Amino acid sequence: MFPGIIGKKIGMTQLFQESGETVAVTAIQAGPSVVTQVKSRDRDGYDAIQVGFIENKVKQSQLSSPEKGHLRGLENVRYLREFRADDISSVKRGDKVDVGFLKHGDLINVIGFSKGRGFAGVVKRHHFSGGPKTHGQTDRHRAPGSIGATTFPGRVLKGKRMAGHMGNRRVTARNLEVIQADPERNLLLVKGAVPGADGGLLVIEKVR
Amino acid sequence: MDVREFVKPKMNPNIPQISPGDTVKVSLKAMEGDKERLQHFQGVVIKMRKGVDGGSFMVRRVSYGIGVERTFPFQSPSVQNVVVLRHGQVRRAKLYYMRRLSVKQARLKERREKALEQAMPQEEEPRKEEQSSE
Repeated sequence: MFPGIIGKKIGMTQLFQESGETVAVTAIQAGPSVVTQVKSRDRDGYDAIQVGFIENKVKQSQLSSPEKGHLRGLENVRYLREFRADDISSVKRGDKVDVGFLKHGDLINVIGFSKGRGFAGVVKRHHFSGGPKTHGQTDRHRAPGSIGATTFPGRVLKGKRMAGHMGNRRVTARNLEVIQADPERNLLLVKGAVPGADGGLLVIEKVR
Repeated sequence: MDVREFVKPKMNPNIPQISPGDTVKVSLKAMEGDKERLQHFQGVVIKMRKGVDGGSFMVRRVSYGIGVERTFPFQSPSVQNVVVLRHGQVRRAKLYYMRRLSVKQARLKERREKALEQAMPQEEEPRKEEQSSE
């Protein structure tokens, strides 16, 4: 039915299965969402469904003029995301999307922005082991060590792993198992971890 | 946002109110082949933890001279029954120091608790009245 949905990460917890096994789950507030545009091969060159994430606190004044025009007659939404779709014939603008298209055992990909770590050193960012802690070492504890040779090649090789900005980038967690999908409460429980901080925006797409 | 607002932990109703220092007997469902039977684990509660998963408690016992600690989640459906055999008088929430103590030292501590316990008001009402009338 729907290829995906937009959600917000709530947090992680632990559940007991009927078999007695525990499973670590991430709770996602998935939807409600509304179809804001249906793109077709004829008109747009590809088939896709654009979906908006309905929150209760989006005021008219928070939208730009183009957004207002785009969402005319629909709820105010802050976030729009697009999903490629095989079949767009059954979907039209204004349709509500909930997690009803997912069930226990389905596989999904979850896309989010990882937690930002700022400008991170080489030990945190690339798991370098740092320098010795003792034997007269000063200021070498978390240093990267040598970054190259001498006159030949006379430069630092491209792609050399160094300190720099870490996190806050788009990450996809693939093939996560749906443990529970509750369309009434817009609640989705997914096995395992999902990128980003609690409250972060997530894009959930069904694995085809 | 708290996950607990969305996913409430299903606390096992078989687990009563317990506290660190209590001596408890935990009865567990255990599978033996395809037969189900009850397994018991008796010891002192040395740790309790709260959390989004409903928390857990750790029971320590010394079995054939070897310390054994088992952690039971409060959500665990395999816990069939928990009986509080004795309330211990303890002064901290985590009783990790029990690990350093020999069985004898640990036992001494418990005997002292027993004496203190009688001087302390209990949750059983009749006993309290007896003491005040004396």
